[in-house]
Amino acid sequence: MAESNAPAPGRLTGPLRRLVAWLDERMPLTETIEYHATKYYAPKNFNFWYYFGVLALVVFAIQILSGIWLTMSYVPSGDGAFASVEYIMRDVEYGWLIRYLHSTGASAFFLVIYLHMFRALAYGSYRAPRELLWLIGMAIYLVMMAEGFFGYVLTWGNMSFWAAQVIVSLAGAIPFVGPELMEWIRGDYGMSEITLNRFFALHVVALPLALAGLVFLHMVALHHVGSNNPEGVDIKKHKDPQGVPLDGIPFHPYYTVHDFMATVAFLILFCAIVFFAPEMFGYFIEKPNFEEADPLKTPEHIAPVWYYTPFYAMLRATTFPLFGLSAKFWGLIVMAAAIVIPAILPWLDRGKVKSIRYKGLLSRLMLAMLVVSFVVLGYLGTIPPSPTATAAAQVFTVLYFAYFLLMPWYSRVDRTRPVPDRIP
Amino acid sequence: MSDDSINTGRRYFLIASTSAVAGVGMVGAAIPFVKAWTPSAKARALGAPIRVDIGKLRPGEILGPIPAWRGQPVFIVYRASESVELLASDTADLADPDSENADMQPDYARNAWRSRRPEIGVYVGLCTHLGCSPKYYGAVQPETFDPDWQGGFFCPCHGSRFDLAGRVVKSVPAPDNLPVPPYFFETDDVIVIGEDEETA
Repeated sequence: MAESNAPAPGRLTGPLRRLVAWLDERMPLTETIEYHATKYYAPKNFNFWYYFGVLALVVFAIQILSGIWLTMSYVPSGDGAFASVEYIMRDVEYGWLIRYLHSTGASAFFLVIYLHMFRALAYGSYRAPRELLWLIGMAIYLVMMAEGFFGYVLTWGNMSFWAAQVIVSLAGAIPFVGPELMEWIRGDYGMSEITLNRFFALHVVALPLALAGLVFLHMVALHHVGSNNPEGVDIKKHKDPQGVPLDGIPFHPYYTVHDFMATVAFLILFCAIVFFAPEMFGYFIEKPNFEEADPLKTPEHIAPVWYYTPFYAMLRATTFPLFGLSAKFWGLIVMAAAIVIPAILPWLDRGKVKSIRYKGLLSRLMLAMLVVSFVVLGYLGTIPPSPTATAAAQVFTVLYFAYFLLMPWYSRVDRTRPVPDRIP
Repeated sequence: MSDDSINTGRRYFLIASTSAVAGVGMVGAAIPFVKAWTPSAKARALGAPIRVDIGKLRPGEILGPIPAWRGQPVFIVYRASESVELLASDTADLADPDSENADMQPDYARNAWRSRRPEIGVYVGLCTHLGCSPKYYGAVQPETFDPDWQGGFFCPCHGSRFDLAGRVVKSVPAPDNLPVPPYFFETDDVIVIGEDEETA
């Protein structure tokens, strides 16, 4: 047979070479591997902060695998849901492990994604030409929040029930259509088995499909524009005669091995939590959730899981009506705005440099302020409401928004240092 | 007819009209999927009115265990006579003392007690903020959330406060008074919750 013009299958020999050649004529196998791994040139100076994208993929895989196994024993009914979780924990062989992998995985997913997003803020990874990459990432984050919420409801503990009641009631704050919208979302006059069933469908089918699709687009967009780096310099400006960036190294084998090490380290920590502190002292699995859902009894103190608490604190901090609209509606607006406002960062940042390394004091202080606000709001969202806590939450809500809304100003006036032409 | 140049005007007209028809079809096809999320016949049947016997309820008490109507907690409070008097006079701190938001109660409950009888109050026990169930703090005594507490309901989720007639206090997250469900007294001691006498 004549040699095809498909890419040569590397250094393979013998039957394997013939197999790969056969495949290459029928699908772009070698071409895809080269495009995404062996000839995908990533900047040579990735640091600690660049592990979290890969780790997010690792956690996604853990969630899919453990989730499929949980679905095999879980019963999405009002009478059976809570009991089936207990059944998984006590009677299913290794059920406890699979469930704790999944519950710890949810927290790990958010932790890794928050660190991944912080990396993007620090090194300006959202800026041109990576705006679309950033927007796809934001879409992933939103779907993840919904996915986490629906999954949290499925255990049908009392905290699940009332947290769902609170979150669904948010829809009721929308003027005119609110009450009908709430009834439509729940499919009942209150939270019930009907609601549980549809949340189950969304959690195990609809949203994981959406996530997988978005993650695929995120990778396609990333490999099209190329990775940013801690220096924020464009490595594609300087290439050798073969068109390989001088400051780039092939993703495989360099970063695959590098990321494999990080994955091992991450899994050690992850397993330590799964084995020794899966409830994380009430932060990963809250105590009222060991009691079955009771529509007539609100837990003493309702707080969402830690990864939503910064936004929950902002919701609670909005206590005054404005322009004839209720405080409840403004609470919804403030919370929604706080979640989606990072999406417009590419158009808020007017700075001359991308990376924090070359930005001035002002930008560094603002980023530090954002991190502090986010952590403090996260704490305030976990404690019961009090006048002091509410006042503090109001201050930090303003600081949180200040990072974004003042960015067009401070990113322009900030003193920046000159960026080198190549990675030093 | 032998002219094989492209008639762009006709092409765009065909694309636009096909898209418009397909769009209408998509909307039509979406209707069953959207409607499938509304309360089913079973959910509507389970939302029927309930009967509650309040024969054992004493002044200052709330009916417990709380009865449920449409899966929602319902508060039935028996207010002491001092509280009944206080409700008519102590209204300075309330956001809507005269029940001006007509959606929150039937007309017969638009009075200082928001009830058919001054001493018996019937309210849907879900905070109008985000639907937590407020707790009953019926006694007149200082509480951690209000040193000058006159009795009422306090929502532990976001700190909203309501008086004994379910009227919301100013400057709390909840925007409205607690809803009053339709109800009537079948006998002196039996309340039917879920329908008005007139419609029964």
